[in-house]
Amino acid sequence: MSRRVKFTFPAQLIKEPIIYQLGRDYDVVTNIRRADVRPEIGWVVLELDGRDEDVERGLEWVTSLGVRVDPVAGDVIEG
Amino acid sequence: MAHVKALRCRECSREYPIEPLNVCDFCFGPLEVVYDYETIASVISRERIQAGPLSMWRYHDLLPVDREAAVDINAGFTPLVRAKNLARCLGLEELYIKNDSVNPSFSFKDRVVSVAATKALEFGFDTLSCASTGNLACSVAAHAARAGMKAYVFIPADLEKGKVIGAAIYNPTLVAVQGSYDEVNRLCSELADNYRWAFVNINMRPYYAEGSKSLAFEVAEQLGWRAPAHAVVPGASGSLFTKIWKGLNEFSKLGLIGPVRTSMHITQARGCSPIVEAYDADRMVVRPVRPNTIAKSLAIGNPADGYYALRTIKESRGSACVVEEDEVVEGIKLLAETEGIFTETAGGVVIMGLKRLVEQGRIKPDEPTVAFITGNGLKTQEAVESVVKPLRIQPTISSFEEALGQRARVS
Ligand SMILES: Cc1ncc(COP(=O)(O)O)c(C=O)c1O
Ligand SMILES: [Zn+2]
Repeated sequence: MSRRVKFTFPAQLIKEPIIYQLGRDYDVVTNIRRADVRPEIGWVVLELDGRDEDVERGLEWVTSLGVRVDPVAGDVIEG
Repeated sequence: MAHVKALRCRECSREYPIEPLNVCDFCFGPLEVVYDYETIASVISRERIQAGPLSMWRYHDLLPVDREAAVDINAGFTPLVRAKNLARCLGLEELYIKNDSVNPSFSFKDRVVSVAATKALEFGFDTLSCASTGNLACSVAAHAARAGMKAYVFIPADLEKGKVIGAAIYNPTLVAVQGSYDEVNRLCSELADNYRWAFVNINMRPYYAEGSKSLAFEVAEQLGWRAPAHAVVPGASGSLFTKIWKGLNEFSKLGLIGPVRTSMHITQARGCSPIVEAYDADRMVVRPVRPNTIAKSLAIGNPADGYYALRTIKESRGSACVVEEDEVVEGIKLLAETEGIFTETAGGVVIMGLKRLVEQGRIKPDEPTVAFITGNGLKTQEAVESVVKPLRIQPTISSFEEALGQRARVS
Protein backbone atom coordinates (compact mmCIF):
# COMPACT_ATOMS: atom_id res chain seq x y z
CA MET A 1 0.00 0.00 0.00
CA SER A 2 1.18 3.51 -0.63
CA ARG A 3 0.25 6.45 1.55
CA ARG A 4 0.76 10.17 1.09
CA VAL A 5 1.44 11.97 4.32
CA LYS A 6 2.82 15.15 5.75
CA PHE A 7 5.19 15.08 8.73
CA THR A 8 5.52 18.22 10.81
CA PHE A 9 8.62 18.28 13.02
CA PRO A 10 8.98 20.37 16.15
CA ALA A 11 12.33 22.17 16.47
CA GLN A 12 13.93 19.57 18.75
CA LEU A 13 13.39 16.74 16.24
CA ILE A 14 14.58 18.49 13.10
CA LYS A 15 18.11 17.14 13.43
CA GLU A 16 17.04 13.51 13.98
CA PRO A 17 17.29 11.07 11.04
CA ILE A 18 13.68 9.95 11.53
CA ILE A 19 12.82 9.31 7.89
CA TYR A 20 15.92 7.19 7.44
CA GLN A 21 15.10 5.13 10.53
CA LEU A 22 11.50 4.70 9.40
CA GLY A 23 12.75 3.16 6.18
CA ARG A 24 15.38 0.98 7.81
CA ASP A 25 13.49 -0.29 10.88
CA TYR A 26 9.97 -0.66 9.50
CA ASP A 27 10.62 -1.78 5.94
CA VAL A 28 8.87 1.23 4.52
CA VAL A 29 10.06 2.85 1.30
CA THR A 30 10.03 6.61 1.77
CA ASN A 31 9.88 9.00 -1.15
CA ILE A 32 10.11 12.71 -0.32
CA ARG A 33 8.24 15.03 -2.68
CA ARG A 34 8.44 18.41 -1.01
CA ALA A 35 9.82 19.87 2.19
CA ASP A 36 10.43 23.08 4.05
CA VAL A 37 12.72 22.85 7.04
CA ARG A 38 13.59 25.88 9.16
CA PRO A 39 15.28 26.24 12.51
CA GLU A 40 12.00 26.46 14.45
CA ILE A 41 9.74 24.10 12.49
CA GLY A 42 9.90 21.78 9.52
CA TRP A 43 7.58 19.73 7.35
CA VAL A 44 8.08 17.03 4.78
CA VAL A 45 5.51 15.70 2.33
CA LEU A 46 6.26 12.14 1.34
CA GLU A 47 4.96 8.87 -0.04
CA LEU A 48 5.28 5.72 2.02
CA ASP A 49 5.25 2.33 0.36
CA GLY A 50 5.18 -1.01 2.12
CA ARG A 51 2.97 -3.64 3.73
CA ASP A 52 -0.05 -2.16 5.50
CA GLU A 53 1.08 -3.34 8.94
CA ASP A 54 4.57 -1.99 8.42
CA VAL A 55 3.33 1.41 7.34
CA GLU A 56 0.91 1.52 10.30
CA ARG A 57 3.58 0.54 12.81
CA GLY A 58 6.05 2.93 11.29
CA LEU A 59 3.60 5.82 11.51
CA GLU A 60 2.80 4.94 15.12
CA TRP A 61 6.49 5.10 15.93
CA VAL A 62 6.93 8.43 14.16
CA THR A 63 3.92 9.87 15.99
CA SER A 64 5.20 8.57 19.34
CA LEU A 65 8.38 10.61 18.86
CA GLY A 66 6.33 13.82 18.67
CA VAL A 67 6.13 14.22 14.91
CA ARG A 68 2.67 15.21 13.70
CA VAL A 69 1.35 13.07 10.84
CA ASP A 70 -1.40 14.46 8.59
CA PRO A 71 -2.97 13.72 5.23
CA VAL A 72 -1.16 15.73 2.50
CA ALA A 73 -4.25 17.70 1.57
CA GLY A 74 -4.88 19.06 5.08
CA ASP A 75 -7.89 18.44 7.31
CA VAL A 76 -10.97 17.27 5.48
CA ILE A 77 -13.60 17.66 8.24
CA GLU A 78 -15.05 21.10 7.70
CA GLY A 79 -17.43 23.21 9.69
CA MET B 1 -16.16 25.16 -21.21
CA ALA B 2 -13.99 27.30 -23.39
CA HIS B 3 -13.16 29.56 -20.46
CA VAL B 4 -11.37 26.91 -18.38
CA LYS B 5 -7.89 25.79 -19.39
CA ALA B 6 -6.69 23.18 -16.94
CA LEU B 7 -5.87 22.32 -13.37
CA ARG B 8 -2.47 23.58 -12.32
CA CYS B 9 -0.31 22.67 -9.33
CA ARG B 10 0.13 25.67 -7.06
CA GLU B 11 3.63 24.49 -6.19
CA CYS B 12 5.32 23.08 -9.28
CA SER B 13 2.96 24.46 -11.96
CA ARG B 14 2.45 21.10 -13.68
CA GLU B 15 -0.87 21.04 -15.51
CA TYR B 16 -3.58 18.41 -15.43
CA PRO B 17 -6.77 17.92 -17.42
CA ILE B 18 -10.11 18.91 -15.89
CA GLU B 19 -10.75 15.83 -13.79
CA PRO B 20 -11.81 14.93 -10.25
CA LEU B 21 -8.35 15.49 -8.80
CA ASN B 22 -7.03 17.72 -6.05
CA VAL B 23 -3.38 16.84 -5.51
CA CYS B 24 -0.43 17.00 -7.90
CA ASP B 25 0.87 13.48 -8.57
CA PHE B 26 4.38 14.79 -8.74
CA CYS B 27 4.86 17.02 -5.70
CA PHE B 28 1.56 16.44 -3.83
CA GLY B 29 0.82 20.16 -3.99
CA PRO B 30 -2.77 21.39 -4.29
CA LEU B 31 -4.32 21.92 -7.72
CA GLU B 32 -6.13 25.04 -8.82
CA VAL B 33 -8.35 25.86 -11.79
CA VAL B 34 -6.75 28.09 -14.42
CA TYR B 35 -8.89 30.13 -16.77
CA ASP B 36 -8.47 31.56 -20.21
CA TYR B 37 -8.94 35.19 -19.25
CA GLU B 38 -8.71 36.40 -22.84
CA THR B 39 -11.75 34.37 -23.81
CA ILE B 40 -13.56 35.52 -20.69
CA ALA B 41 -12.64 39.17 -21.30
CA SER B 42 -14.14 38.97 -24.76
CA VAL B 43 -17.61 38.14 -23.39
CA ILE B 44 -17.88 39.42 -19.83
CA SER B 45 -19.23 42.86 -19.00
CA ARG B 46 -21.10 44.60 -16.20
CA GLU B 47 -24.23 44.56 -18.35
CA ARG B 48 -24.00 40.83 -19.00
CA ILE B 49 -23.61 40.16 -15.30
CA GLN B 50 -26.50 42.45 -14.39
CA ALA B 51 -28.74 40.67 -16.88
CA GLY B 52 -28.03 37.34 -15.21
CA PRO B 53 -29.99 35.59 -12.46
CA LEU B 54 -30.15 37.02 -8.94
CA SER B 55 -27.88 34.29 -7.60
CA MET B 56 -24.19 33.46 -7.65
CA TRP B 57 -24.71 32.02 -11.13
CA ARG B 58 -24.71 35.53 -12.62
CA TYR B 59 -20.91 35.10 -12.44
CA HIS B 60 -20.83 31.77 -14.28
CA ASP B 61 -18.20 33.09 -16.72
CA LEU B 62 -15.75 32.91 -13.81
CA LEU B 63 -16.88 29.59 -12.37
CA PRO B 64 -15.39 26.32 -13.66
CA VAL B 65 -18.60 24.66 -14.89
CA ASP B 66 -21.16 24.68 -17.70
CA ARG B 67 -23.94 26.82 -16.39
CA GLU B 68 -26.78 24.95 -18.11
CA ALA B 69 -26.36 22.05 -15.72
CA ALA B 70 -26.06 24.12 -12.56
CA VAL B 71 -27.25 22.48 -9.37
CA ASP B 72 -28.82 25.61 -7.99
CA ILE B 73 -30.74 26.03 -4.76
CA ASN B 74 -30.38 29.78 -5.20
CA ALA B 75 -27.16 30.37 -3.36
CA GLY B 76 -25.77 33.85 -3.36
CA PHE B 77 -26.81 37.39 -4.13
CA THR B 78 -27.21 37.89 -0.42
CA PRO B 79 -27.64 41.36 1.08
CA LEU B 80 -24.78 43.81 1.53
CA VAL B 81 -26.00 45.96 4.38
CA ARG B 82 -24.68 49.42 5.23
CA ALA B 83 -24.13 48.96 8.95
CA LYS B 84 -24.50 52.47 10.35
CA ASN B 85 -25.22 51.51 13.95
CA LEU B 86 -22.34 49.09 14.26
CA ALA B 87 -20.08 51.56 12.43
CA ARG B 88 -20.90 54.28 14.94
CA CYS B 89 -20.30 51.91 17.79
CA LEU B 90 -16.86 50.93 16.45
CA GLY B 91 -15.85 54.39 15.26
CA LEU B 92 -16.10 53.73 11.53
CA GLU B 93 -17.73 55.80 8.81
CA GLU B 94 -18.35 53.30 6.03
CA LEU B 95 -18.97 49.77 7.19
CA TYR B 96 -20.87 47.04 5.36
CA ILE B 97 -22.00 43.61 6.45
CA LYS B 98 -22.08 40.97 3.74
CA ASN B 99 -24.87 38.88 5.19
CA ASP B 100 -24.21 35.42 3.79
CA SER B 101 -26.01 33.79 6.70
CA VAL B 102 -29.22 33.96 4.67
CA ASN B 103 -28.21 31.46 2.02
CA PRO B 104 -30.66 28.57 1.46
CA SER B 105 -28.92 26.22 3.92
CA PHE B 106 -27.86 29.17 6.08
CA SER B 107 -24.15 29.50 5.36
CA PHE B 108 -21.76 30.55 2.59
CA LYS B 109 -21.02 26.86 1.99
CA ASP B 110 -23.92 26.84 -0.48
CA ARG B 111 -21.67 28.75 -2.87
CA VAL B 112 -18.89 26.18 -2.88
CA VAL B 113 -21.19 23.18 -2.81
CA SER B 114 -23.30 24.51 -5.69
CA VAL B 115 -20.18 24.50 -7.86
CA ALA B 116 -18.97 21.12 -6.54
CA ALA B 117 -22.36 19.47 -7.10
CA THR B 118 -22.62 20.89 -10.60
CA LYS B 119 -19.14 19.69 -11.44
CA ALA B 120 -19.85 16.27 -9.92
CA LEU B 121 -22.80 15.82 -12.28
CA GLU B 122 -20.66 16.89 -15.22
CA PHE B 123 -18.12 14.23 -14.28
CA GLY B 124 -20.88 11.63 -14.09
CA PHE B 125 -20.89 11.03 -10.32
CA ASP B 126 -24.15 9.96 -8.74
CA THR B 127 -23.05 10.48 -5.12
CA LEU B 128 -22.05 13.60 -3.23
CA SER B 129 -20.13 13.32 0.03
CA CYS B 130 -18.33 15.24 2.76
CA ALA B 131 -17.10 15.11 6.34
CA SER B 132 -18.43 17.96 8.40
CA THR B 133 -19.34 19.28 11.81
CA GLY B 134 -22.19 21.41 10.54
CA ASN B 135 -22.55 23.88 7.71
CA LEU B 136 -20.97 21.81 4.99
CA ALA B 137 -23.09 18.79 5.91
CA CYS B 138 -26.30 20.82 5.56
CA SER B 139 -25.28 22.23 2.23
CA VAL B 140 -24.14 18.94 0.71
CA ALA B 141 -27.35 17.20 1.76
CA ALA B 142 -29.49 20.02 0.38
CA HIS B 143 -27.72 20.18 -2.98
CA ALA B 144 -27.77 16.40 -3.38
CA ALA B 145 -31.52 16.47 -2.77
CA ARG B 146 -31.97 19.15 -5.41
CA ALA B 147 -29.76 17.33 -7.91
CA GLY B 148 -31.34 13.94 -7.31
CA MET B 149 -27.98 12.58 -6.19
CA LYS B 150 -27.21 10.22 -3.34
CA ALA B 151 -25.51 11.82 -0.37
CA TYR B 152 -23.16 10.37 2.23
CA VAL B 153 -22.44 12.75 5.04
CA PHE B 154 -19.89 11.82 7.73
CA ILE B 155 -20.12 13.51 11.10
CA PRO B 156 -18.35 13.03 14.45
CA ALA B 157 -20.56 10.90 16.73
CA ASP B 158 -20.62 13.53 19.49
CA LEU B 159 -22.03 16.34 17.35
CA GLU B 160 -24.84 18.42 18.88
CA LYS B 161 -28.30 17.40 17.78
CA GLY B 162 -29.20 20.83 16.48
CA LYS B 163 -26.41 20.65 13.92
CA VAL B 164 -27.34 17.18 12.76
CA ILE B 165 -30.98 17.98 12.05
CA GLY B 166 -30.11 20.70 9.55
CA ALA B 167 -28.44 18.02 7.43
CA ALA B 168 -30.62 15.01 8.25
CA ILE B 169 -33.80 16.70 7.06
CA TYR B 170 -32.70 16.35 3.43
CA ASN B 171 -32.40 12.61 3.99
CA PRO B 172 -28.77 11.88 3.16
CA THR B 173 -27.13 8.73 4.49
CA LEU B 174 -25.80 10.19 7.70
CA VAL B 175 -22.81 8.36 9.15
CA ALA B 176 -21.85 9.17 12.75
CA VAL B 177 -18.21 8.20 13.25
CA GLN B 178 -17.06 7.18 16.72
CA GLY B 179 -13.54 8.48 17.23
CA SER B 180 -11.32 11.47 17.66
CA TYR B 181 -11.23 14.39 15.29
CA ASP B 182 -8.00 13.04 13.79
CA GLU B 183 -9.50 9.61 13.26
CA VAL B 184 -12.56 10.97 11.48
CA ASN B 185 -10.26 13.04 9.32
CA ARG B 186 -8.15 10.10 8.40
CA LEU B 187 -11.08 7.81 7.69
CA CYS B 188 -12.54 10.33 5.26
CA SER B 189 -9.26 10.84 3.42
CA GLU B 190 -9.10 7.07 2.97
CA LEU B 191 -12.73 6.75 1.92
CA ALA B 192 -12.09 9.32 -0.76
CA ASP B 193 -9.40 7.06 -2.20
CA ASN B 194 -11.63 4.00 -2.11
CA TYR B 195 -15.05 5.14 -3.34
CA ARG B 196 -16.03 6.65 -6.64
CA TRP B 197 -17.93 9.49 -5.02
CA ALA B 198 -17.66 13.21 -5.37
CA PHE B 199 -16.20 14.34 -2.04
CA VAL B 200 -16.87 18.04 -2.34
CA ASN B 201 -13.81 19.21 -0.44
CA ILE B 202 -11.45 16.42 -1.47
CA ASN B 203 -11.49 15.27 -5.09
CA MET B 204 -13.80 18.19 -6.06
CA ARG B 205 -11.81 20.73 -4.06
CA PRO B 206 -10.27 22.74 -6.91
CA TYR B 207 -13.76 23.42 -8.34
CA TYR B 208 -15.52 23.67 -4.98
CA ALA B 209 -13.14 26.35 -3.73
CA GLU B 210 -13.80 28.57 -6.75
CA GLY B 211 -17.40 29.04 -5.56
CA SER B 212 -16.17 31.34 -2.79
CA LYS B 213 -15.03 33.89 -5.37
CA SER B 214 -18.67 34.75 -5.93
CA LEU B 215 -18.72 36.43 -2.52
CA ALA B 216 -16.07 38.85 -3.73
CA PHE B 217 -17.83 39.41 -7.05
CA GLU B 218 -21.09 40.26 -5.30
CA VAL B 219 -19.51 42.62 -2.84
CA ALA B 220 -17.73 44.48 -5.64
CA GLU B 221 -20.92 44.72 -7.68
CA GLN B 222 -23.05 45.73 -4.69
CA LEU B 223 -20.54 48.45 -3.73
CA GLY B 224 -21.11 49.98 -7.16
CA TRP B 225 -18.29 48.14 -8.96
CA ARG B 226 -15.42 48.80 -6.59
CA ALA B 227 -13.40 46.87 -4.04
CA PRO B 228 -13.45 47.88 -0.37
CA ALA B 229 -10.37 49.15 1.45
CA HIS B 230 -10.63 46.30 3.96
CA ALA B 231 -12.17 42.85 4.04
CA VAL B 232 -12.56 41.03 7.37
CA VAL B 233 -13.06 37.31 6.83
CA PRO B 234 -13.30 34.23 9.09
CA GLY B 235 -10.70 31.53 8.52
CA ALA B 236 -10.70 27.76 8.92
CA SER B 237 -8.93 26.05 6.01
CA GLY B 238 -8.16 29.52 4.66
CA SER B 239 -9.83 28.77 1.34
CA LEU B 240 -12.61 31.35 1.56
CA PHE B 241 -10.10 34.05 2.48
CA THR B 242 -7.76 33.34 -0.44
CA LYS B 243 -10.63 33.05 -2.92
CA ILE B 244 -12.13 36.40 -1.98
CA TRP B 245 -8.76 37.90 -2.84
CA LYS B 246 -8.62 35.94 -6.07
CA GLY B 247 -12.14 37.05 -7.00
CA LEU B 248 -11.43 40.74 -6.49
CA ASN B 249 -8.29 40.49 -8.58
CA GLU B 250 -10.07 38.64 -11.39
CA PHE B 251 -12.67 41.40 -11.56
CA SER B 252 -9.90 43.96 -11.77
CA LYS B 253 -7.93 42.04 -14.38
CA LEU B 254 -11.07 41.88 -16.53
CA GLY B 255 -11.64 45.61 -16.20
CA LEU B 256 -14.91 45.26 -14.25
CA ILE B 257 -13.45 47.24 -11.35
CA GLY B 258 -10.36 49.42 -10.93
CA PRO B 259 -7.11 48.38 -9.25
CA VAL B 260 -7.62 46.37 -6.06
CA ARG B 261 -6.19 48.00 -2.95
CA THR B 262 -8.06 45.87 -0.46
CA SER B 263 -6.27 44.79 2.72
CA MET B 264 -7.36 41.26 3.56
CA HIS B 265 -7.74 40.46 7.27
CA ILE B 266 -8.34 36.91 8.45
CA THR B 267 -9.85 36.23 11.87
CA GLN B 268 -9.75 33.09 14.03
CA ALA B 269 -10.72 32.23 17.59
CA ARG B 270 -7.95 31.61 20.13
CA GLY B 271 -8.75 27.90 20.49
CA CYS B 272 -7.94 27.24 16.84
CA SER B 273 -5.76 29.95 15.40
CA PRO B 274 -2.86 28.30 13.54
CA ILE B 275 -2.88 30.89 10.76
CA VAL B 276 -2.82 33.87 13.14
CA GLU B 277 -0.11 32.19 15.15
CA ALA B 278 2.11 31.84 12.07
CA TYR B 279 1.39 35.45 11.11
CA ASP B 280 2.28 36.72 14.58
CA ALA B 281 5.52 34.73 14.54
CA ASP B 282 6.30 36.07 11.07
CA ARG B 283 6.46 32.50 9.73
CA MET B 284 5.15 31.19 6.40
CA VAL B 285 4.84 27.69 7.86
CA VAL B 286 1.63 26.89 9.71
CA ARG B 287 2.09 24.71 12.77
CA PRO B 288 -0.94 22.39 13.01
CA VAL B 289 -2.94 22.50 16.26
CA ARG B 290 -5.65 20.42 17.96
CA PRO B 291 -8.75 22.62 17.78
CA ASN B 292 -10.61 23.50 20.96
CA THR B 293 -12.86 26.42 20.25
CA ILE B 294 -16.43 27.60 20.66
CA ALA B 295 -16.31 28.56 16.96
CA LYS B 296 -16.75 24.99 15.76
CA SER B 297 -17.22 25.94 12.13
CA LEU B 298 -13.69 27.38 12.17
CA ALA B 299 -12.11 24.37 13.90
CA ILE B 300 -9.57 23.22 11.34
CA GLY B 301 -6.26 22.46 13.01
CA ASN B 302 -4.30 21.69 9.86
CA PRO B 303 -5.55 24.20 7.31
CA ALA B 304 -5.14 23.11 3.69
CA ASP B 305 -4.77 26.69 2.51
CA GLY B 306 -2.94 28.08 5.51
CA TYR B 307 0.18 28.92 3.56
CA TYR B 308 -1.81 30.57 0.77
CA ALA B 309 -3.77 32.56 3.33
CA LEU B 310 -0.46 33.89 4.69
CA ARG B 311 0.55 34.78 1.15
CA THR B 312 -2.73 36.61 0.61
CA ILE B 313 -2.08 38.63 3.75
CA LYS B 314 1.37 39.59 2.44
CA GLU B 315 0.19 40.43 -1.07
CA SER B 316 -2.73 42.52 0.16
CA ARG B 317 -0.89 44.14 3.09
CA GLY B 318 -3.51 42.73 5.37
CA SER B 319 -3.24 40.98 8.70
CA ALA B 320 -4.41 38.12 10.87
CA CYS B 321 -6.30 38.72 14.05
CA VAL B 322 -7.14 36.46 16.97
CA VAL B 323 -10.29 36.76 19.06
CA GLU B 324 -10.47 35.40 22.61
CA GLU B 325 -12.89 32.55 23.21
CA ASP B 326 -14.95 34.54 25.69
CA GLU B 327 -15.33 37.43 23.25
CA VAL B 328 -17.06 35.39 20.55
CA VAL B 329 -20.52 35.59 22.11
CA GLU B 330 -20.03 39.33 22.65
CA GLY B 331 -19.49 39.68 18.91
CA ILE B 332 -22.65 37.74 18.09
CA LYS B 333 -24.66 39.94 20.45
CA LEU B 334 -23.11 43.16 19.21
CA LEU B 335 -24.09 42.42 15.60
CA ALA B 336 -27.58 41.35 16.62
CA GLU B 337 -28.19 44.37 18.83
CA THR B 338 -26.84 46.95 16.40
CA GLU B 339 -27.90 45.60 13.02
CA GLY B 340 -30.60 42.99 13.61
CA ILE B 341 -28.48 40.18 12.16
CA PHE B 342 -28.18 36.92 14.07
CA THR B 343 -24.94 35.16 13.17
CA GLU B 344 -23.25 32.01 14.43
CA THR B 345 -19.97 31.84 16.31
CA ALA B 346 -17.88 32.36 13.15
CA GLY B 347 -19.63 35.72 12.72
CA GLY B 348 -18.91 36.59 16.35
CA VAL B 349 -15.24 36.03 15.56
CA VAL B 350 -15.46 38.39 12.59
CA ILE B 351 -17.17 41.19 14.51
CA MET B 352 -14.72 41.09 17.41
CA GLY B 353 -11.83 40.81 14.96
CA LEU B 354 -13.13 43.90 13.20
CA LYS B 355 -13.38 45.72 16.52
CA ARG B 356 -9.80 44.83 17.34
CA LEU B 357 -8.52 45.89 13.90
CA VAL B 358 -10.12 49.30 14.37
CA GLU B 359 -8.67 49.61 17.88
CA GLN B 360 -5.22 48.70 16.59
CA GLY B 361 -5.51 51.39 13.96
CA ARG B 362 -5.17 48.93 11.08
CA ILE B 363 -8.56 50.03 9.82
CA LYS B 364 -8.93 53.82 9.73
CA PRO B 365 -12.32 55.42 10.39
CA ASP B 366 -12.89 56.67 6.83
CA GLU B 367 -11.86 53.49 4.98
CA PRO B 368 -14.70 51.47 3.39
CA THR B 369 -14.77 48.11 5.14
CA VAL B 370 -16.71 44.90 4.55
CA ALA B 371 -17.20 42.28 7.28
CA PHE B 372 -18.11 38.85 5.92
CA ILE B 373 -20.80 37.14 7.97
CA THR B 374 -20.86 33.58 6.68
CA GLY B 375 -23.16 31.56 8.93
CA ASN B 376 -26.50 31.77 10.71
CA GLY B 377 -27.05 32.10 14.45
CA LEU B 378 -29.87 29.58 14.57
CA LYS B 379 -27.24 26.89 14.06
CA THR B 380 -25.22 27.67 17.20
CA GLN B 381 -27.98 28.52 19.65
CA GLU B 382 -26.25 26.74 22.56
CA ALA B 383 -23.58 29.45 22.48
CA VAL B 384 -26.02 32.22 23.33
CA GLU B 385 -28.65 30.54 25.48
CA SER B 386 -27.88 32.94 28.30
CA VAL B 387 -29.60 35.80 26.46
CA VAL B 388 -32.99 34.34 27.33
CA LYS B 389 -34.08 36.25 30.42
CA PRO B 390 -37.81 36.91 30.02
CA LEU B 391 -39.91 38.85 32.48
CA ARG B 392 -42.05 36.20 34.12
CA ILE B 393 -45.57 37.43 34.85
CA GLN B 394 -49.15 36.41 35.60
CA PRO B 395 -51.70 37.25 32.90
CA THR B 396 -52.59 40.59 34.48
CA ILE B 397 -51.58 44.17 33.78
CA SER B 398 -50.55 44.69 37.38
CA SER B 399 -48.21 41.71 37.27
CA PHE B 400 -46.65 43.04 34.06
CA GLU B 401 -46.16 46.51 35.51
CA GLU B 402 -44.68 45.13 38.67
CA ALA B 403 -42.19 43.05 36.69
CA LEU B 404 -41.25 46.03 34.53
CA GLY B 405 -40.68 48.11 37.62
CA GLN B 406 -38.47 45.44 39.12
CA ARG B 407 -36.35 45.21 36.02
CA ALA B 408 -35.99 48.99 35.87
CA ARG B 409 -34.77 48.97 39.46
CA VAL B 410 -32.23 46.25 38.73
CA SER B 411 -30.78 47.89 35.61
C1 LIG C 1 -19.69 29.78 8.77
C2 LIG C 1 -18.33 29.52 8.23
N1 LIG C 1 -17.52 30.56 7.99
C3 LIG C 1 -16.28 30.40 7.53
C4 LIG C 1 -15.75 29.16 7.28
C5 LIG C 1 -14.31 29.08 6.82
O1 LIG C 1 -14.09 28.54 5.60
P1 LIG C 1 -12.64 28.12 5.06
O2 LIG C 1 -12.46 26.69 5.45
O3 LIG C 1 -12.77 28.29 3.59
O4 LIG C 1 -11.61 29.00 5.67
C6 LIG C 1 -16.55 28.03 7.48
C7 LIG C 1 -16.00 26.72 7.18
O5 LIG C 1 -16.28 25.70 7.58
C8 LIG C 1 -17.87 28.21 7.98
O6 LIG C 1 -18.68 27.17 8.22
ZN1 LIG D 1 3.11 19.83 -8.22
